[in-house]
Amino acid sequence: MSQWEVVIGLETHAQLQTKSKIFSGSSIAFGAEPNLQANAVDIALPGVLPVLNREAVVCAIKFGLAVGASIAPRSVFARKNYFYPDLPKGYQISQFEIPVVQGGGLSIRVGEHEKFVHLTRAHLEEDAGKSLHEDFHGRTGIDLNRAGTPLLEIVTEPDMRSSAEAVAYARALHALVQWIGICDGNMQEGSFRCDANVSVRPVGQKEFGTRREIKNLNSFRFMQQAIDFEVQWQINEITEGRAIRQATVLFDPDTGETRAMRSKEDAHDYRYFPDPDLLPLEIGDDWITEVKAELPELPQAMQARFQADYGLSAYDAAILTASRGMADYFVSAVAAAGAANAKTIANWIMGELAARLNKNDTDIEASPISAPQLAGLIQRIADNTISNTIAKKVFEALWNGEGQTADAIIEAQGLKQITDSGAIEKIIDEVLAANAKSVEEFRAGKEKAFNALVGQAMKATKGKANPQQVNELLKKKLGG
Amino acid sequence: MSDLANSSLGELAAALKARKVSAVELATLFLDRIEKHNPALNAYIALDRERTLAQAKAADASGKVGAQDTPLAGIPLAHKDIFCTKGWRTSCGSRMLENFISPYDAHVVEQLNAAGMVTLGKLNMDEFAMGSSNETSYFGPVKNPWDTTRVPGGSSGGSAAAVAARLAPVATGTDTGGSIRQPAALCGLTGLKPTYGVVSRYGMIAFASSLDQAGPMAKSAEDCALLLNAMAGFDARDSTSLERPAENYARDLERPLAGLRIGLPKEFFGAGMDDDVRAAVDAALAEYRKLGASTVEVSLPNSGLSVPAYYVIAPAEASSNLSRFDGVRYGYRAPDYGDLNDMYSKSRAQGFGAEVKRRILIGTYVLSHGYYDAYYLKAQKIRRLIAADFQRAFESCDVIMGPTSPSVAFAFGAKSADPVQMYLSDIYTISTNLAGLPGMSLPCGFGANAMPVGLQIIGSWFGEAKMLQAAHQYQKVTDWHARMPEAMK
Repeated sequence: MSQWEVVIGLETHAQLQTKSKIFSGSSIAFGAEPNLQANAVDIALPGVLPVLNREAVVCAIKFGLAVGASIAPRSVFARKNYFYPDLPKGYQISQFEIPVVQGGGLSIRVGEHEKFVHLTRAHLEEDAGKSLHEDFHGRTGIDLNRAGTPLLEIVTEPDMRSSAEAVAYARALHALVQWIGICDGNMQEGSFRCDANVSVRPVGQKEFGTRREIKNLNSFRFMQQAIDFEVQWQINEITEGRAIRQATVLFDPDTGETRAMRSKEDAHDYRYFPDPDLLPLEIGDDWITEVKAELPELPQAMQARFQADYGLSAYDAAILTASRGMADYFVSAVAAAGAANAKTIANWIMGELAARLNKNDTDIEASPISAPQLAGLIQRIADNTISNTIAKKVFEALWNGEGQTADAIIEAQGLKQITDSGAIEKIIDEVLAANAKSVEEFRAGKEKAFNALVGQAMKATKGKANPQQVNELLKKKLGG
Repeated sequence: MSDLANSSLGELAAALKARKVSAVELATLFLDRIEKHNPALNAYIALDRERTLAQAKAADASGKVGAQDTPLAGIPLAHKDIFCTKGWRTSCGSRMLENFISPYDAHVVEQLNAAGMVTLGKLNMDEFAMGSSNETSYFGPVKNPWDTTRVPGGSSGGSAAAVAARLAPVATGTDTGGSIRQPAALCGLTGLKPTYGVVSRYGMIAFASSLDQAGPMAKSAEDCALLLNAMAGFDARDSTSLERPAENYARDLERPLAGLRIGLPKEFFGAGMDDDVRAAVDAALAEYRKLGASTVEVSLPNSGLSVPAYYVIAPAEASSNLSRFDGVRYGYRAPDYGDLNDMYSKSRAQGFGAEVKRRILIGTYVLSHGYYDAYYLKAQKIRRLIAADFQRAFESCDVIMGPTSPSVAFAFGAKSADPVQMYLSDIYTISTNLAGLPGMSLPCGFGANAMPVGLQIIGSWFGEAKMLQAAHQYQKVTDWHARMPEAMK
């Protein structure tokens, strides 16, 4: 396998979060009864005309700005002509020769390895409807609710060299489109779907191998599986002396295999030409400036800020900005607990909270512990009200809803740390008296015995004693 | 015949305002005339007396009649069957839409309904507006009221015949390459194609989107101006509709023509024009000089390329526009078919007529991979050259004049076997569509076999008021526009 290089490019269709369709006033909300969200324009009655939804353009501009692309001052909508029952006009309106977003790219990370994936373009287009082949007894049902839903098709250069890189890119893109609020990222509902162009070539060969396009990958896991299968299949084919033929393939999650669809692709002539019903899309600098002002701080800028302001490592900063929800949570916890606690907050989010969320399969947006609640807990660690060990108990209690704030739980459950040296000394004396054997062992040179004594002291205070004080006092007593 | 049937919009409005006649009486009068004369003409292909009279009754009760902002209220008219008309069959002259009842109104229809006008019916036309003789209609040809052995022109042949026969005071039409002006010329009417973008295309079944434009067809320039006032206006549902301040197109009608510079393109006066047409046009130009206008020769060097460029661009757009007629959601579906492709091909083969199929094939061909640059892109370049020619010409003149059609109305079948001959009927009108300019035709005499001859006026962009002024001033000193076919009296 090592003598083969994998080349992957991705095309992603991101459904834009507008209120209405890209060329009509129909709602795009998911899940309505078939054809109830299809108006005269969507079903292509004679005489109807498309009108571009400005909000879809705003989404495209936002995306272009977020990936450092250039926004075309003038782009053109074309008609892609083909017949299909779920394509009411007999053509799809899409941008062909001049797309609205050109160039740009995304940084991705696979483990510690960072990489920049270049984008070729991103263009606006309308989605088709759905053909329903079940429940119609040999007939096909057509649901045009989805027809005209605005899509941004985002196309990369063939920059990725493994399924892991492809998935890292797809995840980064998935996070970004949600980050800037242009797509809800719901892969089950088809709001974010990827096609992967995959080829292999012997290491060192300049020319690309012949590619096959895996269509409609709607989960990251399937993407990984599909690409891995496809790569192995292509290598086997070539190794056994068969040439790869360009084709469109589908991934079957049940078998884990990719399978060529009817390869009619090459026979299609879409007869693209500029749509005479729509004027060229003109985007002036004013409009771009206006959209820029609405754009939230982008992940990369935020990462740099976290490193500079809070002394976080690049790795931590990247994890904390992996999703908008994660970043929002961190930012609001820092706002509540103060910048001095940022590092502790970061550790708790990436450690305790992440583990707990993961275990419960919960998104951070739905975390039972809110950012201000976590901040309250961390403040009590910082001011020595509780130890780290007790903090974990309080965390648990907050998770289970046993109290509204860390303070309330500490109070109610009497978890406040004991820092009174007199009180601690008294307890240590009792522990020493009751554990003469350990004392002896320690004096005989057994360091382990010391830890046992600390443990006993902590146990006696139900963990509430300040561990550092216990250590110091115990050392003093034993040494004296 | 009642004088009302031959009255101008102004006269009808006055009669309605004075309560000399009601909208219901007026509609009835025209419906009765239609019943009597339409069988010989085949101008109307959808009639619904009950619906018409209900609308007339509503107009009478609306308070719109006689009101300042609805000067056309209570006056009947008829729509070319290309306009979607709620509750009416809207067939576009095709078997494909033989049973299509529109669930909505085109913008033009909406505007005219809001103006209080009453719909008499839907008018025959060449199938999907593709034709110059009305012979391509699935519902049979329209006959020219001046001589029923001759064509009325096309594609708005039903509109032209209906108004010429006084079966409607005015009618709507559409013009993609001459489809208002040529039938107006052949039927002795005044018809106007506005600047592209002045009238919304929403609800007008598309033939060639970048060329289609709706306009009025009437007996006089004055009536055209009044109807255009009600048809024009910005519509957010048509992205090519122009957002401009509302205009009163009748504002300059009474201004004299002294000082008007008329450009005469030498390319319009060369070979190809019949002598009878030339004589009538020359006489009209002499009349204009008498009215104080001057004539100047101009040149439109690329106009010879307009027909070939048009027959690339229009079919290209049409081939795509007509893809929605696939038998899936509405319209004609073949009764027996196998798989999906079979359903498509049978439905479209049976639902479309020969001329429509010819243009779909041409359009599909010129857009195909490998041919697009040589045909479509080149035609678009020619289109820009043609527009530039006009721009240059208008530096030395205010309006351009010439013949509308190279010949008077021809006999049925005379050109239908030779598409190129048929296409050349529009040789003088097509370039204005390619340039997006306004153009009109007005009657300027009679030629061979006593058939009407049309004079074409081409205005600069948004020059409708000036064209109408020129036409109206001519109509004040001539009576060609007031003549009507003897048999229809």
